[in-house]
Amino acid sequence: MDLIVANDLVKHYFMGEETVHALDGVSFTIPVGDYCAIVGPSGSGKSTLMNILGGLDTPTGGRIVIDDADIGTLSDEGLAGFRNKTIGFIFQSFNLLPRLTALENVELPMIYGGVDPKERRERAAGLLTRVGLGERFGHRPTQLSGGQQQRVAIARALAGEPALLLADEPTGALDTHTGKEILALFRELNQEGVTVVVVTHDPEVAANAKRTIEMRDGKIIRDQKNGARAA
Amino acid sequence: MMRTSDLVSSAMRALRSNPLRSALTALGVIIGVSSVVAMVSLGSGAQAQVERSIASLGSNLLIVVPGSMRGGGGVRMAAGGSSGGGGGWDSLTLDDATAVAQLDGVIAVAPSQRTRGQVIANGVNWNPQIEGVTPAYLTARDWSVEQGRFFDDTEERQARRVVVIGQTVVDQLFPNVDPLGETVRINGGQYEVIGVLASKGQNGFQDQDDIVLAPLTTVKRRISGRNRRADTVSQISVKAESEQALTRVEEDVTNLLRQRHRTREGEDDFTVQNLSSVSEAMQQTTQVFTYLLGGISAVSLLVGGIGIMNIMLVSVTERTREIGLRKALGARESDILHQFGLEAVALSVAGGVVGLALGVLAAWGMTTLFNLPLVLSPLNAALAILFSGFVGVLFGAYPAWRAARLDPIEALRRE
Repeated sequence: MDLIVANDLVKHYFMGEETVHALDGVSFTIPVGDYCAIVGPSGSGKSTLMNILGGLDTPTGGRIVIDDADIGTLSDEGLAGFRNKTIGFIFQSFNLLPRLTALENVELPMIYGGVDPKERRERAAGLLTRVGLGERFGHRPTQLSGGQQQRVAIARALAGEPALLLADEPTGALDTHTGKEILALFRELNQEGVTVVVVTHDPEVAANAKRTIEMRDGKIIRDQKNGARAA
Repeated sequence: MMRTSDLVSSAMRALRSNPLRSALTALGVIIGVSSVVAMVSLGSGAQAQVERSIASLGSNLLIVVPGSMRGGGGVRMAAGGSSGGGGGWDSLTLDDATAVAQLDGVIAVAPSQRTRGQVIANGVNWNPQIEGVTPAYLTARDWSVEQGRFFDDTEERQARRVVVIGQTVVDQLFPNVDPLGETVRINGGQYEVIGVLASKGQNGFQDQDDIVLAPLTTVKRRISGRNRRADTVSQISVKAESEQALTRVEEDVTNLLRQRHRTREGEDDFTVQNLSSVSEAMQQTTQVFTYLLGGISAVSLLVGGIGIMNIMLVSVTERTREIGLRKALGARESDILHQFGLEAVALSVAGGVVGLALGVLAAWGMTTLFNLPLVLSPLNAALAILFSGFVGVLFGAYPAWRAARLDPIEALRRE
């Protein structure tokens, strides 16, 4: 079953007089349970694609359906609900709120989801334990290492039980060793059935995925299974 | 959809994270609300004071004095009683009082003669108001004797050497002694204290208890009046039977005196003052002052509101990335709008509550200082809080709207 179906996706920006074709007719499908890396140099359109996948942006042409939601037709409010329920974001710089504890950071998306406080706390605690931070509930981001912060961010991304985990350079701010641990966590989560899309230009991160989509100048120039290449 | 409790705790957390800034921002509203509250209660206090002092003069009371009053202006005393509208100090007589007493609806008429003089007792000199009156004075002025008795008509006619004194005079001349039966010297003569008046307090301009009442004839013959005609009086107090009758009695008194003095409208040598209309005019004046003071203070509240808007705009800029993240995690525009709007409202309402407390304190201090009654209305207090909340909504709306409209992609990119 396909989680994401993109058809002839187009995104134009107007920069002064010039029209920038950030996405220029992109089509692909990502099935449920896939682990897909999107790679390409800066300006290739991969960030634009990620923003559209995450419901932060809408395409100017074509059609993309994620978990039965047609992104192009959603209202602002519909997009907010979509981001809350369907997407789990993971950022390069973690983006934890510095004044909140680890537990409260994980609770944040559930607050906007209107989840009951007691249930929210239990779920956040369970998720922090799941990512290996069982004893760090009360710590603030500044009291945690980079790897630990990214684990909190992953727990937060999982809080809404999203259909898609969407990571943007998740190891970009981490040392090699910690980065590998985070990648291992991604693989584990994927094996448990979570669909993962990682946007990166680090070949090592891409190699961790099952599949790589390579982009250049707003187009997909290669789409292959990593297992096949390895074999 | 965000829960209300989460909204509130998120706003509180944001305000607590920078307590000094929050306090300084609220300070503008604190000053605004406290000055509005203080000024309005000071004004209401002055108003109540005017009301009280006029009521203390007596109800349904007309006061007739010699001299004419030109449309709202001061009392004009024509020297020698010849020029202009005419009349002088001596235009009112005892016969006038007797005639007025025959009018319908009049229940008490009290002619009186005011004078000043040195009163001496126990080696202390004092200069109270000295007033020669008839026993009807007590009824006309709604006054009573607290201790001892008042002189009767016989004593009045016989010009007995008796006096009834006010509380202030007691305090000055007989601080530790029962004044009843004691003797005071007034302008050389000896007078027996037979009663003490109930206290009336200040009427804004003078101490009404700083008074010595003596029989009118006594004052005319023995204390003042050496160079005055024996039958003139300086004032006639006329008490009407009811508030409804007051206007008609006022007209009747005016017409009767015109007839007796052979004057026409505009040339009167006397003035009939209706205290309820004086009271009304004074109340209007103090009310205008109250509004004026409140209005000026409200301007400072406005300035406080602008301070809130300023800080909220700074806060939105500082927290752009946070707002972007919140939106990425599923916050809707309305959630962000409510969060930031609530911060502004919480700031201004907190300022309003503290300002109310400080304002009441200031009002208490000022009314104590100026010897005014402290008037606090719960309605005004509620209005102050409500208005500060309104200021929060008004000035918090634009920053909150800016926050809600932020593009999450742009916001997340911001450092």
